Amino acid sequence: MKFGVVVLPGSNCDQDCFYVIKDVLKKPVRYIWHKDTDVDGLNCVILPGGFSYGDYLRTGAIARFSPVMKSIAGFARKGGTVIGICNGFQILLEAGLLPGVMLRNKGLHFLCKYVYIKTENNQTRFTNFYNTGQILRIPVAHNEGNYYIDAAGLKELRDNNQIVFRYCSATGEISDQFNPNGALDNIAGIINKKGNVLGMMPHPERSSERELGSPDGYFVFKSIVEWLENR
Amino acid sequence: MLKAEIYITLKRTVSDPQGLTIKHALESLGYKDLTDVRIGKLVIIKLNFKDKKRAEKEINEMCKKLLANPIIEDYHFKIKEQ
Amino acid sequence: MIKQEVYRSLGLSDKEYRNILKILKHKPTNTELAMFSVEWSEHCGYTRSRKWLRLLPKTGKYKTLIGEDSGGIILDGLAIIFKMESHNHPSQVEPKQGAATGVGGIIRDIFTAGARPIALLDSLRFGPLSQAYNKYLFTGVIDGIQFYGNCVGVPTVGGEIYFDKSYTGNCLVNAMCIGIAKKGKLVRARAFGKENSIMYVGSSTGRDGIGGCSILASHEFKEGEEKRPTVQIGDPFTEKCLIEATLEAINTGYVVGIKDMGAAGLTCCTSEMASAGNSGMDIELQAVPRREENMQPWELMMSESQERMLICVKKGKEDQIKKIFLKWDLNASIIGKVTNDELVTIRDNGKIVAQIKAHSLTQPPIYDMPYKKPRYLRELNKLKLNKILKPKDYNKVLLKLLAAPSITNKTWVYEQYDHMVGTNTVILPGSDAAVLRLKGTNKAIAATTDCNSRYCFLNPYRGAQIAVAEAARNLVCSGAHPAAVTDCLNFGNPEKPESFWQFKNCVEGIADACKFFNIAVVSGNVSFYNESPQSVINPTPTIGMIGIINDVNKACSQNFKQEGDVIILLGYCRDELGASEYLKEIYNLMKGNAPQLDLRLEQAVQRTALEAIEKGLVNSAHDCSEGGLAVALAECCISNKDNMIGAIIDNLNYDMRADALLFGESQSRIILSCSKDCVEKIRKIALEFKAPFCVIGKIGGRVLRILKAKEELIYLPLEKLFDEWNGSLKRKIEG
Repeated sequence: MKFGVVVLPGSNCDQDCFYVIKDVLKKPVRYIWHKDTDVDGLNCVILPGGFSYGDYLRTGAIARFSPVMKSIAGFARKGGTVIGICNGFQILLEAGLLPGVMLRNKGLHFLCKYVYIKTENNQTRFTNFYNTGQILRIPVAHNEGNYYIDAAGLKELRDNNQIVFRYCSATGEISDQFNPNGALDNIAGIINKKGNVLGMMPHPERSSERELGSPDGYFVFKSIVEWLENR
Repeated sequence: MLKAEIYITLKRTVSDPQGLTIKHALESLGYKDLTDVRIGKLVIIKLNFKDKKRAEKEINEMCKKLLANPIIEDYHFKIKEQ
Repeated sequence: MIKQEVYRSLGLSDKEYRNILKILKHKPTNTELAMFSVEWSEHCGYTRSRKWLRLLPKTGKYKTLIGEDSGGIILDGLAIIFKMESHNHPSQVEPKQGAATGVGGIIRDIFTAGARPIALLDSLRFGPLSQAYNKYLFTGVIDGIQFYGNCVGVPTVGGEIYFDKSYTGNCLVNAMCIGIAKKGKLVRARAFGKENSIMYVGSSTGRDGIGGCSILASHEFKEGEEKRPTVQIGDPFTEKCLIEATLEAINTGYVVGIKDMGAAGLTCCTSEMASAGNSGMDIELQAVPRREENMQPWELMMSESQERMLICVKKGKEDQIKKIFLKWDLNASIIGKVTNDELVTIRDNGKIVAQIKAHSLTQPPIYDMPYKKPRYLRELNKLKLNKILKPKDYNKVLLKLLAAPSITNKTWVYEQYDHMVGTNTVILPGSDAAVLRLKGTNKAIAATTDCNSRYCFLNPYRGAQIAVAEAARNLVCSGAHPAAVTDCLNFGNPEKPESFWQFKNCVEGIADACKFFNIAVVSGNVSFYNESPQSVINPTPTIGMIGIINDVNKACSQNFKQEGDVIILLGYCRDELGASEYLKEIYNLMKGNAPQLDLRLEQAVQRTALEAIEKGLVNSAHDCSEGGLAVALAECCISNKDNMIGAIIDNLNYDMRADALLFGESQSRIILSCSKDCVEKIRKIALEFKAPFCVIGKIGGRVLRILKAKEELIYLPLEKLFDEWNGSLKRKIEG
């Protein structure tokens, strides 16, 4: 089993993701340079957070044209496991690998803090270590995390159980008060219909060690490993 | 009723990193014949009076006071009847 | 002959000009004149401050590394490199980009040393938020820091924000960056080795920030041409690519030396790298990548375009280095080579436009500035406590202090900064110091910035000593051994003897305190002329200090943790209120003297706290600073929103004014909390170090109560404390 972490110019969580896979999960991992198109031999591709191309023009807009994105689209079509975190999620939306768009946070500021999210669907390769309804304490750090999709799209997400994580309170209450960025329906993470591509705004790699304040994000990666090893 | 369209751009002599990055991106998509890309802002303000002179004066003031920073930005505007 | 008005407007005196003629033995070209004018300025040459800066100790208990543009310490096999720098004037006119480019500049000073930047801190000072322009500056500076720091991927983990009317017209933006490197991978900012190549990397050169030198344009520009802006647009995206490319390049071992093109750009880089390497340099300007047309040689030499660096590369290895930068879509061109004639030779199309001995540029005349104690201090230092009415309701005072802009919760600010990227931040912003783990080791570093400029105004020497003592105390509270200092010295016009007296006394205060604690000053920056028609800033010698935590698991934070825990006060309260936040907020008075400071007492208190923390006896530690004991206790109760706990303080046996006891800012005090069975162990440690020790109360309930003998001075529910402390900044900004 091997993980790949994409390095776009401006990625800044690439090394953090790499560290978690290599030093915390102790699994093989390599970087994928954005000008390369080789994703052979990889079982899971991580699109990390950051500011690819400075987030200039529109977040994810330039990154989606990177040569590596074509390969990732092909990889995903064949059922390969792809996880986009924060900026990675934004790129997956721009590239059309996940539905919807990201708007600017409702507070109009970059927001970095711990939030709580509720696991809405544990029947995925990204969440099989969680219980449905389990509440995770996990950091967000973004300027554009205000997820939006039209009514028909939202219905489809719900009907297909594609909403994986939603922002909530420490006790699991879901309301505007506990929505850090204004995301529609408190959506923090979604998967595609096929279930092999996850996008999430919160950072599991920043909450994979107790030392850093919360180990709750670790099980996203652990779930992937589990699924890859036992499928 | 008047409508003012205000364009705010970085001064010609100020480097525009965002514009440069977009220029590179467009070039890599095959659009090679670009000499420059500059990014700016468009502000649209609707006024509930008809006096063009007054509009010009006030919009000018708004630009100077708040909308643009003359240290790094230029602005120009058009005022149209609606 | 060059006209007097030209060299004078470049900031050169008649004497300096005659000196230049003597050195060159011919009339300077425009380029030469421009080069001298910047290198001999205070900004680059430290001509006025250098004499006093020599007092600062360069060695301490940790082995130091002093580079050209940054410094640091050695910890096992690691080098920890750090520096703080000001970007005050640009931020005052264009707060967002001014602050952003300040952050960019300090990061470059760190990674050009070969260290990966792992943390940023910012010490910020503004005039009162009641004035619209100050509010614009404040929000603009925050926006600039988040814009640059978040994108470039270096976490902003701490710092401080103060408001005082002396900063109206002169905001201060001091940015500090910390980086780490393997010991053997460091590079210096110097060029040597005949025939080695000089390579230019990064963004193209435009007419950015030519600023003062634009007077030369009067010769060459036509009337009515646009005045050059002195502020530039920061490009954190390019900088992020530069970090990765530079570290990769240094890793090859082919980089001889490297330097950021900061102030005075190419001039500074060529002359200082050559001088530091005792060599010369031959540069061809036609090879410099540029983004504007018809740039004159002196413009290219003066330009302060951002995100550029100069590298000295081993001969024959140019292509390997170039390849790395091109991979990151960055410019990389060879613009010259190292010579051994110790001359900086600048050519334009082969023709020499400047040729100057490198050392003569980097060894400017040093001035002995006159200084004089300001007369007003005698009056200001007098404070008759009995003339100050005692408040009727201490609860009201405490709530007001918690809402004071300099004390109130800064969550609204640091939530806009990515303070976690890099996954090293163990203690997040909002405690006494930020703590970053060092991956691959069991250790961590703690970092803080400190300076109470009101103390420094009323007593520069003692105020500066307190800044050092408080920074060390903050680190100790997080469980760290104070290790080394970077200083950012912000003052008014050095040509005014009163201002220079403040400077001299502050430097002496820092030097003496650092020597006492055996801490080196490894890097720093001086910013003079922080005055405007409205005001002169309080002397502000900002101290950035880092400390070493030997066991990351013992890192300590300020908030009370456990119901039933015992509260201990190390140190003692004096009957003093001078220079306090209390006098300022409640009586609008900036009077009296800075609090007393006994360095031996300070050390005893710090050693006790540190040993207790390292032995795992302590559950929380917080120092007493602005707002005194009452504010510190309130912060212990409420600073962890998810786990607020009350306390009762019922053993304060002091015979003094209640307001001085609650809000006085006596130094050398630390509040510890611990479980009952640790109390005696801590008392023993205190006895051993001769630190005053007193159990003052215990943790529990939903109320903070403070009693003096039998009299209840403070009784406030946690929610009330939290609301005042938490909401006031946001209310002031967002209305």
